[in-house]
Amino acid sequence: MRRARGRWPDTMEMIRELRLKREFKKVFNIRLLRGFLSIVMFVVLWQLVVFIKVPYLENLPYPKDVAVGATEAAGSRTYWFGWGISLSRIFAGFIIAQIIGIPLGLAMGISKAFKDYTFPVFEMLRPVPPIAWIPLAILFWPTRELSIYFLVFIGAFFIIVINVIQGVSNISVSLKWAASSLGARPKDIFWKVLVPGSLPSIITGMTVGMGVTWNVLIAAEMIAGQGGLGRMTWEAYTNNNIPFIVVGMISIGVAGYLCSTLVRWLGEKAMPWKKRF
Amino acid sequence: MISRLKAGVTDPHLLRALTGILVFVGLWYLFTAVLNLPRFKLIPNPIAVLKDWFSLMPASGRSIFTKVYYLDIAYSVGRTLAAFTLATVLGVTLGLFMGWNRTFYDFAFPVVEILRPMPPLSWIPLAILILPGVEIAVVYVTFIAAFFATVLNTLLGVFSIDKNYFLAARCLGSKPKDVFVNVIVPGSLPFIFTGLQIGMGISWMSLVAGEIIAGKQGLGYAIYEGYFLYQFEHIISYMFTLGILGYMSSAGIRAAGRKLMAWESRRRGA
Amino acid sequence: MATGVQNNQGEILIKNVTKIYDPEGVHVVAMKDCSFDIAAGEFAVIVGPSGCGKTTLLNAIAGFDTITSGEVYLDGELISSRDKQIKPDVERMVVFQNGALFPWKTVMENVIYGPVVQKRMKKREAVDVARKMLHQVGLNGIEDKYPEELSSGVQRRVEILRALINKPKVVMLDEPFRGLDAVAKTVMHEFLMDIFCESPRTMFFITHDLDEAIFLGNKVIIMTTRPAQVKKIVHVNLPWPREHHMLASETYLDLKREVLEAVHEEAKKAFEAGEREMA
Repeated sequence: MRRARGRWPDTMEMIRELRLKREFKKVFNIRLLRGFLSIVMFVVLWQLVVFIKVPYLENLPYPKDVAVGATEAAGSRTYWFGWGISLSRIFAGFIIAQIIGIPLGLAMGISKAFKDYTFPVFEMLRPVPPIAWIPLAILFWPTRELSIYFLVFIGAFFIIVINVIQGVSNISVSLKWAASSLGARPKDIFWKVLVPGSLPSIITGMTVGMGVTWNVLIAAEMIAGQGGLGRMTWEAYTNNNIPFIVVGMISIGVAGYLCSTLVRWLGEKAMPWKKRF
Repeated sequence: MISRLKAGVTDPHLLRALTGILVFVGLWYLFTAVLNLPRFKLIPNPIAVLKDWFSLMPASGRSIFTKVYYLDIAYSVGRTLAAFTLATVLGVTLGLFMGWNRTFYDFAFPVVEILRPMPPLSWIPLAILILPGVEIAVVYVTFIAAFFATVLNTLLGVFSIDKNYFLAARCLGSKPKDVFVNVIVPGSLPFIFTGLQIGMGISWMSLVAGEIIAGKQGLGYAIYEGYFLYQFEHIISYMFTLGILGYMSSAGIRAAGRKLMAWESRRRGA
Repeated sequence: MATGVQNNQGEILIKNVTKIYDPEGVHVVAMKDCSFDIAAGEFAVIVGPSGCGKTTLLNAIAGFDTITSGEVYLDGELISSRDKQIKPDVERMVVFQNGALFPWKTVMENVIYGPVVQKRMKKREAVDVARKMLHQVGLNGIEDKYPEELSSGVQRRVEILRALINKPKVVMLDEPFRGLDAVAKTVMHEFLMDIFCESPRTMFFITHDLDEAIFLGNKVIIMTTRPAQVKKIVHVNLPWPREHHMLASETYLDLKREVLEAVHEEAKKAFEAGEREMA
């Protein structure tokens, strides 16, 4: 934009220029271009590596085969049933973990005495990897399905409790005192200060827990389950259907991503005040 | 001295902790050995577990006095250590570079973000098929899990650094290399160490799954084998062993972190 | 006016600077046609209501951000305009509002950072110089401490020394003593005063504290509310070096009245504008 010699551009001209630049960036965004390019390069590299028979990696399927397998899967009913089974297991275990874990965490965060009694046992059990519980779970629960729910529960339970405890302790003492001096009774302080105040940590606990539970579910399905995406991927392995293994992996990734996004979206809805800042 | 001992022993926190643990063990014993509730029929009771864990001639062949126990531990620890170390070295490096250089970030981020949500354990079938030997496959899956968590936390660490430190460094005449060494690396250390602890926990989790699905020997494998061979006592003692090892490794990382970040612990009033 | 500036360096000319922020369609004219000069070696203090563009000028001079239109000159050289923006460099040092001492480096490591990283001095030499500087202002025994172990007052002084060891042409301080208690502030003022009188260089000092402004400055530049322009320039003709008893003199009180009136007028306008924005 040229300006007449000696004349400074006026405000409206400058604003128009700023806006033009911004619109231009939206379309010809070099950063998006780089990202797109890198994905393309990745697929090309993948194709190349299999084509020229790089040792070990030569057994990977070609990108095209995976794409074909994906379209096949999308048309198959068993495939979508698998989604349903896995999703139902995730939600069952996850929701139960929240229902039990959140109140427990709140109790441990609020009452020092309660925490003193329960935290040591909790901390002893927490480092045990959820997968290690599989045999015990199978021994205990009457059905496979229940034991899988239990494993998903274990995955999410410890995480949510730890996060809630931290959330409660993060609430500034001043908030509680302010509520008290404004005439709040303990019941009010609980519902109007502690619960909303620990909401961010609850959401964090749910988001992290969701990621972990998918991991646990897939392993549980591979080891012990019938049906579900993990089982399908394992069966593809035993049937030596390599492209479908990759399709299974991608499906699991997508499913996990969708669930995490759902939890995050719920979190944003539950905390409208966070958005303003 | 006596009074201090008395104070220590009667410390309310300690007493409550012990009570809680005793209640837990007590209930466990009650449900399995005394009441013989149907659901708990196959679960070993705490006394049996302890007896087996600490016996010279355990029925399961695995106790603290048997060589097999330590062999299993060595296998599991060795795998975890290998995977974790690789994940840390590669993950922290990648994360730091991505945080330092925008172009690098633009290229690396999409690929990372697409591969990351895939649960590490879903890599197992592919890894077994492609990689030479089951051992490598198990270590690889453990590595993948810890790797992405480390990259993410390192990135978050770099982004958490107050912008003013970068501006100050540039005012003081730093070249990009100086900014990397003097601002980015030290500034992201707190997050990196948190990430390492998380990564360690994830490593153990993936390792056990990997051992169960594909391995031979190791704690996870032994747990599963025990289930098949109807030798349940050592399932629980091995679970506890895993817990202890996990706790010790996290504590080790925390200690290393405290050493490297001397400035954090020397805060005023800390 | 302070004397003894090397080669008369550090003259800043601000010419018709305009800054417009335009995030997502709501444009904000932060500054419009702002012009003033700062002579070499002068201690200029900028006061004004919040959001009046003081930081915009600092960012332009330091090289942290661009301006939408206008020109900024340093010693006759164009350093900032619509098409050009110079990068941050040692000759234009900044002392930040909330402190930017590297928390992971000791005091000594912080202070010698500049000269060492620019390869102007070897480490041993830099340590000697830094040690002398610390000793000169009475900050002894803190060499190996980390910033978080020290009080804010000490941290601020160390940060100022970290800037000064590089012998910059211009030192920009963005409300450096904000949040310190009144007692600590008097120590800071004396500290800055001594340093300024010992080796004068151009100072660009932003503050809300009117007493501080008059006590420290050669001239006080009062800015209007948005869109910011120079409302008034008050020349402080109190003798150097400044001493605290001057705060009770007639001259001082007159100056204070002048500055206070101007600032209060603008503050009221800013307040009303803010209320209108919310309504």
